[in-house]
Amino acid sequence: MYEFFSGPMLWIAFSFFLFGLAANIISTFTLSRSKDRIFYNHANAVWGIKSVLIWLLPLGSVSMRRQPFFTLIGFMFHISLITVPLFLNAHNILWDENFGISLWSIPDSISDILTIACILSGIFLMLRRAVKREVRILTEKRDYALIIITLLPFITGFLAYRQWGDYETILLLHIVTAEILLIIIPFTKLSHMIFFFFTRLFIGFEMGGRRGTKTW
Amino acid sequence: MKENEKTINASGKTDIERIRHILSENNGSLMRTWLSICSRCGLCAESCFYYLAEKDPKLSPAYKLKATLGEMYRQKGNVDHEFLKHCYEILWFKCTMCKRCSLFCPFGIDIAAMMAVARNVCCSQGVTPNELLEFTENCRKSGNHMGLPPEEIVDVCQWLEEEIEDEIKGVTIPIDKPDVKYMYTINPREVVFYPNDILDAAVIFSIAEESWTIPSFGWDCTNLPMFAGERDAAAQAVKNVYNQAIKIGAEKILITECGHAYRSLAFEGPYMAGYPEGKPPVEVVHYVELIHEYLVNGIISVDPAKKFKEPVTYQDPCNVGRNGGFWKEPRKIMEYIAHDFRDMIPSGEYNHCCGGGGGIMPMGPNYKPGRMEAGKIKARQIKETGAKIVISPCHNCYDQISDLGEKYNLGIEVLSIKEALRKMLVIPEKFKPVSLSP
Repeated sequence: MYEFFSGPMLWIAFSFFLFGLAANIISTFTLSRSKDRIFYNHANAVWGIKSVLIWLLPLGSVSMRRQPFFTLIGFMFHISLITVPLFLNAHNILWDENFGISLWSIPDSISDILTIACILSGIFLMLRRAVKREVRILTEKRDYALIIITLLPFITGFLAYRQWGDYETILLLHIVTAEILLIIIPFTKLSHMIFFFFTRLFIGFEMGGRRGTKTW
Repeated sequence: MKENEKTINASGKTDIERIRHILSENNGSLMRTWLSICSRCGLCAESCFYYLAEKDPKLSPAYKLKATLGEMYRQKGNVDHEFLKHCYEILWFKCTMCKRCSLFCPFGIDIAAMMAVARNVCCSQGVTPNELLEFTENCRKSGNHMGLPPEEIVDVCQWLEEEIEDEIKGVTIPIDKPDVKYMYTINPREVVFYPNDILDAAVIFSIAEESWTIPSFGWDCTNLPMFAGERDAAAQAVKNVYNQAIKIGAEKILITECGHAYRSLAFEGPYMAGYPEGKPPVEVVHYVELIHEYLVNGIISVDPAKKFKEPVTYQDPCNVGRNGGFWKEPRKIMEYIAHDFRDMIPSGEYNHCCGGGGGIMPMGPNYKPGRMEAGKIKARQIKETGAKIVISPCHNCYDQISDLGEKYNLGIEVLSIKEALRKMLVIPEKFKPVSLSP
């Protein structure tokens, strides 16, 4: 079982993730050529780039400055979400052993802190959904499910690193939950990891490029 | 909301094919992406003055979108009349399409553009405010919202010329003059209710020795079919103006102090009228741009002794400010006309809608209670400035803020820029009638 999930299934998961996103991007691009001329008509590099970059800076926009605590948590969540899987030492050792290539590694102590930050901020985001009326009314079960699915690889990774519980089982769960996450990203709201850039570019073109209005 | 219900078609059946067609026409990559990635973070709630006025979570932009267009797509157009009536309450009475939420959404989702599609769907099923449909019918029949015959505008302009000749010499209102720099287009309210607006503009243009004209057709720059969701009639409304400007060889189309007319002719019009590049065939200029140019270049000047001494504030119309790109120019204009200018907080591109936008103001007094409730935020903003004069270059803002002033005892006078300028404009010697000269 471990061999399957750490071998062929991992390939399958990565394929779903990469090809799913690629297919998504290609179909969006193709459709946009025929139906969204408005996107291209008013393209403006400076306004587009600003519209994306400023929202990637903590407290860069008025909207974020109005909700500094939520912003902080949101950034903590996203930064740890991206950093830990890519730069975790143990992951990079696996890359190196199997393919002879790897990214930089960050110290395990930092990965550990980021993992905890990710889990806590994810839990906060769920609580916020449950508590804040204007968010609760928008929330469906699958919105909670997505956060849980996102957190599971981190929770299991956290347990595996500490060797709490049955290591073999935890490690298997870690791999399986991570594979589930990779597979669903292109087909759910989590695809905003790519489409964030597309929609932000559009509003930058439309409001800034056409009217000189900031969108941050 | 009983009075609203009686104004909408209650035949009960919906034409699902037609709804599907509209949804599919609009189902481009932007629409798909917007609908699929909204992560329901709720950050848009606090951008919306409807939400801020009542703090009802159902008034957050994301919820309003989810409950209307989102549901239409989810049901693949298979929605009944009951549902569309529910949408109607949201689309026309809980959203003015001011686009403020797009500035607060981390993904920059253009909710206002999507609400416009939802209005289009409702309208296709006869679910749209009757008041807006009446204006639409007038547009179809006569090319203007009030159904005025071409002679009417000519008569009004001639009468106005006569009215002013004793006061200022040489003020003319040229009709259908070919090859001018500016074809001046106006709001039909000016012809019917506020003819002095036309006169004030004529005085300013005459003193500036501008090359301009008012056309006897295509003079109505407004576009209520756009707010009704009647795309064909909305397209025709902008074509009337574009084609007339082309026909008489005008260099530019100048728009009176009106917000949505600018949005319609400069930004949405080109797409509605079938200019795929998204640019109007003739350059469109808003009144505040031209007045700014006049004042800064000394083409007209103001008597400093007559500048307002009372505190003055400026209401950014959504479709001139955020959706038009002009908030610095009007503030420069304020420097010329007010000693004590006090800005609202927030202002400029972040300003709140007055509560009269999106077509609700022209729908008349039946909807005043809702407007007054939603306008609480604007009333509070104005009160906090302590201003006694509110200047706004938009007829809807003007009327709504006048109503708010009464309702909330703000003790304010509302003026358009041209009205304010007329009070303090320096009339050069050559325009003074001989009998009045010293």
